[in-house]
Amino acid sequence: MSFWPIAVLELYPVFSWLHDLLASIGLPSAWLQPLIYLLLGAMIFGILSLIALFLVWWERKIAAHIQQRFGPMRHGWHGWYQTIMDAVKLLQKEDIRVVTRDKVVFFWAPVICFVAAFLAYVVMPWGDGLIVADLNIGILYILAVTTFTVISLLMAGWGSNNKYALLGGMRSAAQVVSYEVPMVVSILTVIIFVGSLSMVDIVKSQSGLLFNWYIFRFPFGPIAFITYLIAATAEVNRTPFDIPEAEQELVSGYNVEYSGMKFAMFFLAEFVNMFTVSAIAATLFLGGWNGWEFIPSWIWFLFKTLLIVLLLMLFRWTYPRLRVDQLMEFAWKFLIPVTFANLIVAGIFKYLGWYW
Amino acid sequence: MSEYVAVLMFILAGAGIVLVTFFMARMLRPHNPYPQKDINYECAELPVGSSWIQFNNRFYIFALIFVIFDVEVIFLFPWAVAFGQLGLFALVEMVVFILILLFGLFYAWKKGVLKWV
Repeated sequence: MSFWPIAVLELYPVFSWLHDLLASIGLPSAWLQPLIYLLLGAMIFGILSLIALFLVWWERKIAAHIQQRFGPMRHGWHGWYQTIMDAVKLLQKEDIRVVTRDKVVFFWAPVICFVAAFLAYVVMPWGDGLIVADLNIGILYILAVTTFTVISLLMAGWGSNNKYALLGGMRSAAQVVSYEVPMVVSILTVIIFVGSLSMVDIVKSQSGLLFNWYIFRFPFGPIAFITYLIAATAEVNRTPFDIPEAEQELVSGYNVEYSGMKFAMFFLAEFVNMFTVSAIAATLFLGGWNGWEFIPSWIWFLFKTLLIVLLLMLFRWTYPRLRVDQLMEFAWKFLIPVTFANLIVAGIFKYLGWYW
Repeated sequence: MSEYVAVLMFILAGAGIVLVTFFMARMLRPHNPYPQKDINYECAELPVGSSWIQFNNRFYIFALIFVIFDVEVIFLFPWAVAFGQLGLFALVEMVVFILILLFGLFYAWKKGVLKWV
C-alpha cells in the first residue's frame, strides 16, 4: 500500500478491500490507483447529483414559501421527488439542434461546463479524512478549474448562433471575470493567516469552536467573508447578479437553444457550482468540518455549506436584479478597492500578531 | 505527483458520465426535426442575419483590465503563503505593489474606462 497518498481515512477499509480485490484479479499495480480514483469520481458524481436534486427542490420550496405558495406538492411528501421526475422528463425530451449552430462548440459546451464544476471536488474536504486527494495547491486549483465555466458559457453563447445566447454568454464572461478578482483577494486574506493552500491545512488551522474560525479570528474577517459572499454570488450567476440569464430580457441567456439532457447538464453544473462556492466559504471562513466532537465531521461540513446555500437562495428571492452598468461599477469601483485595502490591513495585523 | 492522477481521472469520469448520459438520452428520446423547429429562437420572430457579428468592445476592455489584475493576484499567491516567514520587508513591498496597481485602477477610472456605456 505504499502508493497510498489519498486521505480517504474514514473510508480506508473499503478502499483497501477494493484495492486487494482488484490486485487479486491480477491487474497490474500501476492501474490500481487510477482505477480507484475513477471509482471515487463516480461516487462523487452520485453524491453531487443527489445534492443537486435536493437543492433544486429546496430552492423551489423556499421560493414558493416566500411568495406565499406551496410549491411542488403532488409527488410524495411536499413534492420531495418532484426533481427526480423532472430529470426523468428531461431525459426523454427531444434534442432540438439549431441548423445554424457551430456543431463542435455547441456539443462540447455542456460537457466542459459540467466537468469544470465537477473538478473542484478533487480537493473538497467533506470531512475529517474524507477528501479525494489533498493537493498542496488546493484552493488555487479550485479557483483555476472552476473558471473554465466561463469558457463553456461563452462556447454555449457563441455556438448557438443566437443573439440572446451570445449576449448572455458575453455578459456572463464580463461579470465572472470582474468578480473573480475580489473573490480571490478575499480568499488571500485568509491564506495569509494559514500559510498554506491545501484545503486540509486550512481546515486544520482553525480547529475548535466559533472563535477559532477565520471569520471571527481577526477583526476584518467578517468583511472578507461578506466580500467573498458577494463575489461568489456573482461568480455563480445568481440573483441579484443574474444578468447573464435574466429571464425577462434574455429568456435565460446562454442556454436558450439547449434542450433535453444538454440543458440538464447546464442546470446541474449551476447547482453544483453554487454548492462549491458555499463549500469554499464554509471551509475558509466557517471552519470546515470543525465543531462539537460528538457530531461527525461530514455533518458539520454539510450543515455549514447548506446554511450558506440557504443564504444564497434567500438573496435570490429578496433582492431585485442589478443593471449591467451598476454591476460592473460595483465590482471595479467598490469591491476591488475594498478587498485590496482589507488585504493590506490583514497583512499588517498578521505582521503585528493581532489575531488569535 | 501521483496525486495529480486524481485530476486526470476526474476529467475522464466527469466527461465519461456526461457522454454516457447523452447516449442514454439519445436511446430514449424522440427525434422529429423539421425546418421550423430548427431555426433560432427569437421569440417567434424570424431571425435576421447571423449572430456571429462584431460585438461591443466594452467587454474586451474589461477583459484587458482583468488580465492585469489576474496577473497581480498570481503574484500575491506565493506572497500570501510565505508571508509568515518573510516579515516586514515583504509586507512593505507588497503594499507598494498593490498601491501601484490601485493607482492604475484609479487612472483607468478617471479616464472613463470603467464606465459601462
